Amino acid sequence: MIAVRQSTLLRSLAIVVAAALILLLLSGELSAYRQLQLAEGTYFFAVLAGLTMLIGLSGQVSLGHGAFLCVGAYTVSLLIADEGWALAPAIAAAVVVSCLIGLPVGAAASRLRGPYLAGATLAFAVGLPALGDKFPSLFDGENGLTINPPAVPSWLGANFSLEHWQAWIGCVGGLIVLFVLLNLYRSGLGRSFRAVRDDEIAAALCGLRVGRMQTLAFVISAGCAGLGGGIYAAVLNLATPSAFSLTLSLSLLTGAVVGGLGSLTGAVWGAALLVLLPNWSNDIAHSLSLSGNVSDNLPQAIYGVVLIVVMLAWPSGLQGGVRALVGSARARWGGNGGNEAKRIESPEGGGEK
Amino acid sequence: MTKFIDLTLNGISTGAIYAAVALALCLIWRATRIVNFAQGAMLMITTYIASAVINSTGSYVIGLVVALAAGLVLGAVIERVVIRPVENAPPLNAVIVALGLYTFLIAFAGMIWGATPRAFPAAFSIRGYEIGGTRVLFAPNDTFIVLVVVAVALGLAVLFRATPLGLQMRAAAFKPEVAQLLGVRVGRMFTLGWALAALTGAIAGILVAPSIFLAPNNFDPILISGFVAAVLGGLDSPPGAVLGGLILGLALSYVSGYEGSALAPLAALVILVLVLMVRPGGLFSATAERRV
Amino acid sequence: MLLTRSAPAMLEVEHVRTEYGAVKALDGVSLNVERGSVTAVLGANGAGKTTLLRTISGLVRPTAGNVVLDGEDITRRPVEEIVRRGLAHVPEGRGVIGELTVEENLRLGGLFRRRESASPDEIYELFPRLIERRSQPASRLSGGERQMLSIGRALVARPRVLLLDEPSLGLAPRLVAQIMAMVRNLADTLGLAILLVEQNARSALSVANRGVVLNLGRVVADQAPEELAADERLRHAYLGF
Repeated sequence: MIAVRQSTLLRSLAIVVAAALILLLLSGELSAYRQLQLAEGTYFFAVLAGLTMLIGLSGQVSLGHGAFLCVGAYTVSLLIADEGWALAPAIAAAVVVSCLIGLPVGAAASRLRGPYLAGATLAFAVGLPALGDKFPSLFDGENGLTINPPAVPSWLGANFSLEHWQAWIGCVGGLIVLFVLLNLYRSGLGRSFRAVRDDEIAAALCGLRVGRMQTLAFVISAGCAGLGGGIYAAVLNLATPSAFSLTLSLSLLTGAVVGGLGSLTGAVWGAALLVLLPNWSNDIAHSLSLSGNVSDNLPQAIYGVVLIVVMLAWPSGLQGGVRALVGSARARWGGNGGNEAKRIESPEGGGEK
Repeated sequence: MTKFIDLTLNGISTGAIYAAVALALCLIWRATRIVNFAQGAMLMITTYIASAVINSTGSYVIGLVVALAAGLVLGAVIERVVIRPVENAPPLNAVIVALGLYTFLIAFAGMIWGATPRAFPAAFSIRGYEIGGTRVLFAPNDTFIVLVVVAVALGLAVLFRATPLGLQMRAAAFKPEVAQLLGVRVGRMFTLGWALAALTGAIAGILVAPSIFLAPNNFDPILISGFVAAVLGGLDSPPGAVLGGLILGLALSYVSGYEGSALAPLAALVILVLVLMVRPGGLFSATAERRV
Repeated sequence: MLLTRSAPAMLEVEHVRTEYGAVKALDGVSLNVERGSVTAVLGANGAGKTTLLRTISGLVRPTAGNVVLDGEDITRRPVEEIVRRGLAHVPEGRGVIGELTVEENLRLGGLFRRRESASPDEIYELFPRLIERRSQPASRLSGGERQMLSIGRALVARPRVLLLDEPSLGLAPRLVAQIMAMVRNLADTLGLAILLVEQNARSALSVANRGVVLNLGRVVADQAPEELAADERLRHAYLGF
């Protein structure tokens, strides 16, 4: 069931290699500021990809994924700052820790449905950062943990900037997540997730262990978020409780929804939104000379409106909108009576980049 | 011993607030099968409005009345404009819309009133009663809180059980299509449900504001607690909501009193998880956990 | 199918077309129901019988055609309005609201035609079985009792037209006979115009004045019951007996 066909592996590999090449070229052309934004985008992509998989592919909901991002960031920070680990093993450990924490959470979540699941994960999002205050010696309370920026390896030459390196780190992390999820989507496991999503009772009657599938999906998505948290720590070099607030978890949800639930390409859109929107809204606020209060709250106000409008107008998000456009264009050219365009496709996470 | 009595009385008073919020959530759930995650933000807005009116008119009562009216209008408008389109959609859509509403309302409040916390007047004295020479942690204002919430709960119970309007609302909630075929204006019943819920929330907001101060994010713990209380009682059960509020109020009071208040949100989370593990549909839920 | 009549039919359905997306559930259906008569609508699953009733009562909008109630065009009016004009629709599965008591279900039926509506007591006279259950949640009723409740609830508003969707579903034969007898009785004594959708063609035809057979959204026969029963080919093809 976890086995993946060779053709799928090759296909995913091809996509990842192509993406890697594009990113390699792209990252060289960007300014330092943009490189940092690219790095930001990669950690958002990592957590959004996991979240969109959880919601779209396995049919569960989590309003608390910011907490796993937090876990990943803190794990890496602790290991590097206190234990002197190198970056790569620290990030690997972050993934493991997130998965371990995701296990009981996912097991609990698998017993809940609908609003009860949403509310429990919401409480988790609010409750977990409070732990940071509760154990100040370990987590250094509100100040959080800081680490030194990752050292640029010498073989890249003296001119290779820190930001460029951080962008590369992020890209590698993002590509790993992409590879794993691309394979997941096309594997037997992915089909099992979909079966459970669509009809639990029917799936159980076919012999699928519903609870286990749902827990596994949660664990995988927690791992992706943990990886994202590791990248976060490598890029921002700081982890504080207040950074992982409920607001962050809701922003993540916005990103997943706007991109299109279940769609990996959608996760790219969502990551772009989360990186670019705060800056845009600040620019708008400045150009309109809005007061401090208004400009401070503008990004959130926009997120809120975007969430509502997208849900009302395009429930399948940007990627769904793109698919519908492509579908209707194809239908018009193919002369199939145009009925194909009206069918709403369930998000399949088509992994084309 | 006095500490225990103090904490118990305090728990009853805070429990009444949670019960009110839980009732609001329960109303909306029963009416439209949606958990209104924006409830806390909505009651935050109506409380700000009350504050503005009280400051400009100097009268608590006028502020209260305006806030209640604002609640009715806010609830009705939100249902009609934002919620109606997702009432028949998959439940996740409504959850996301509610969260979007929450995000927007918090930001909106921040834009208009800023983030600096403000004081909000209490209706009655907050100095505890003197019983036998000691001052207990229960004041005339707390009596007011408990009485108001009890009155609201009873009022809603009478509305639903004993009036034709309540009958229509229940029918619309349970089987909208059948209710339509019996002549019930189902859309209006949904709007009314949201309006009443917002009214109840507005009351809760005004009652709790004096102790938590007024700031956009200060009502979030109230929402979480209200949600936990509603879940404890089972989202379908108004008496459950009240009981759940009471239980939670007492539990959190004891935790805060004996272990420190920082632990309270965590305690709420633990209680929520424990209850849901045993009864995934809430304590009073009609159906037991789904097993296949 | 043109009927010469002295008074217009209570319910007239004219060339109604109802579509679900690309699927034509009803494709130009016309029929009439007179006062004090029972018209049976028959046909296989998916023939469009339920869609017909839902179109008439307004739950579904037709894309073409008209529905006329006692001379008034009610096509595309909101359901609540149509119902208030004296049309009652007992849906498939009975539509009993389980969480309400029997008494509450009945009272619900009469909220909108207060002046004209019957009191629950009159319904209890018609269905004595329900009296003992009046304060119990309707979910506790048996299938037959629920059918009585849903019909009784529809009657509280003293409708002029009654749409019944498969009342015999899931009921034992003896009960089915009782229900059918009651349907006939309602038409005769109260003068209701009754449109009776049924899969149990034989029992429906036994009480009907007219039989309409639907297939794939079209009317393939509209005749007196004796003629339908006599037409062997039709019976075998569409009615299953």
